[in-house]
Amino acid sequence: MAAPAGPSGGSSAATYARLVRPLLFPTWAVIGILLLLPVLIMVVYSFLTKEFRGGVDWNFTLAAYDQFFLTRGLFGDEPPRIEWTYITIFWRSIWQAALATLLCLVVGFPTAWYIATRPAHTRPVWLFLITIPYWVNLLIRTVSLRFILRDNGPLNEAIMALGLSDAPLPILNTDLAVQIGLFYSYLPFMVLPIYAAVERYNFALSEAAADLYANRWQTLTEVVLPVVRPGIAAGAILVFIPALGAFLAPDLLGGAKNFMIGSLIDEQFRGSQGNWPFGAAVSVILMTLVLIALLVQARAAAREAA
Amino acid sequence: MKGVRHYPGFLAMTVACLAVLYVPLIVVAVYSFNASTSITAWGGFSLRWYADVFTGPEAERFGLATWNSITIALVAASVATAIATGAALAMIRGGRFRGRQATYALINLPLMVPEIVVAVATLIFFATIGMRTGYLTVLLAHITFCIPFAYLPIAARLTGIEASYEQAARDLYATQGQAFRLVLLPLLGPGLVSGWLLAFIISLDDFIITNFVKGAGMETLPTAIFGSVKQGIKPNIMAISTLMLAVSIVFVSLSYLINRRGRSAAHNRE
Repeated sequence: MAAPAGPSGGSSAATYARLVRPLLFPTWAVIGILLLLPVLIMVVYSFLTKEFRGGVDWNFTLAAYDQFFLTRGLFGDEPPRIEWTYITIFWRSIWQAALATLLCLVVGFPTAWYIATRPAHTRPVWLFLITIPYWVNLLIRTVSLRFILRDNGPLNEAIMALGLSDAPLPILNTDLAVQIGLFYSYLPFMVLPIYAAVERYNFALSEAAADLYANRWQTLTEVVLPVVRPGIAAGAILVFIPALGAFLAPDLLGGAKNFMIGSLIDEQFRGSQGNWPFGAAVSVILMTLVLIALLVQARAAAREAA
Repeated sequence: MKGVRHYPGFLAMTVACLAVLYVPLIVVAVYSFNASTSITAWGGFSLRWYADVFTGPEAERFGLATWNSITIALVAASVATAIATGAALAMIRGGRFRGRQATYALINLPLMVPEIVVAVATLIFFATIGMRTGYLTVLLAHITFCIPFAYLPIAARLTGIEASYEQAARDLYATQGQAFRLVLLPLLGPGLVSGWLLAFIISLDDFIITNFVKGAGMETLPTAIFGSVKQGIKPNIMAISTLMLAVSIVFVSLSYLINRRGRSAAHNRE
């Protein structure tokens, strides 16, 4: 129902409805021109011919995608076979991101549950403690991990002091270090949405399950988890997507051997050895994977709601 | 029996979670006060690396980078907040209109596209239109990705303010402009401030996109730190990191407190 028009001749709602276009114009202009359009241009770029010194020729070609998926031998005269180099990098990124998501869930769910079951006045303090690291510069957080995981860093000193090992364990520049970095980087993303779901959870359901002789863990898996699943799915997406395209953790913790998608893309735009169309093509493939992940999540959420 | 809310081990997991999040930051903060030149051995408490940050051989480089970072963050956060406020007013107060869903997707686009892809797309865009990468391109990129971060707290706040306040002002012969300025804006204040603060922090923190569109010679604080770290972690880096850590914590605390006070003030009015 519309509010009755005031004496000054108009309803507030009608004024805003009239102003929708001018109010939204800056948003459309800025994000449209500086992000949506660039993404479309990037897709076009991935079909262009590579120029020496990092530029492009405006000639249409599938060369970038061909380079990604196929190999024709050292001199390009053999029949095409599948090129595994880049697929391997993608595969490593996918399982690293998936494992980080799982680890974040294992640590994040109990944390979110614990916070959501605190008295209402202490919850904001707990949440605040979880949020602070998220707002601390990711570069600085990754650098601190690099400092800690070094061969003669604090972690190795502690391990040796405890007598667990005689020599420093090589942790830095391994897949393990990258995994620790991804887990550490995105952990708050998992806690917050699960917290929001648990906070809305009706604990009478758990009590009903207990009355019907379900034990604690049965209640958790059979009653709680199905109800808070949307929160878990949201957290998983929030961890998985940035982890998949992560650059800092693989670059600063993984060293040269443990390449992930982020470093592969970055490399294509460095100096004169870069390959812009190939970098654009890898970005397009990454974006496609992310879209698929988002669609899967959205469909699952829709099925849940139905 | 402690009831259905209690699960054994969940407290331990929470402690572990907080330890994982905080130990690296604390370790770096502690080592930034190390008197020793080596980053490995502890040589006693000292502020020498903080002095080094401001007067040492790299002071000028980091000073310039800090200036760039802060001016970019100030402008980007302010512009993004203004744009996001307009968007929030249209989305929350504008009723139903064509393209509402698409606009919502557009506002959130910077959050859905992976950061490295945003970086690549932005660089390619500037190269295509022949714009030289430098301070201005970094600023434009920052304004763009700051919009959703400014939008979220503003829209959340606006949703909580009933439209009847402004309508009451209109009924009492206020013009729409007066109703907006004297009624809505003060109520929206905490949302605006926390949106601005979050956008500011996000801009200050960005590395990946900045690194792509900054061009040669231009540095922000994160890209300058990254450049130094590539040659090994020196103690002055830990001092800079600790300073940035302190700035982040102050800003987030401010945003949190303002938001909370705004919320309780709104409660009292009801």
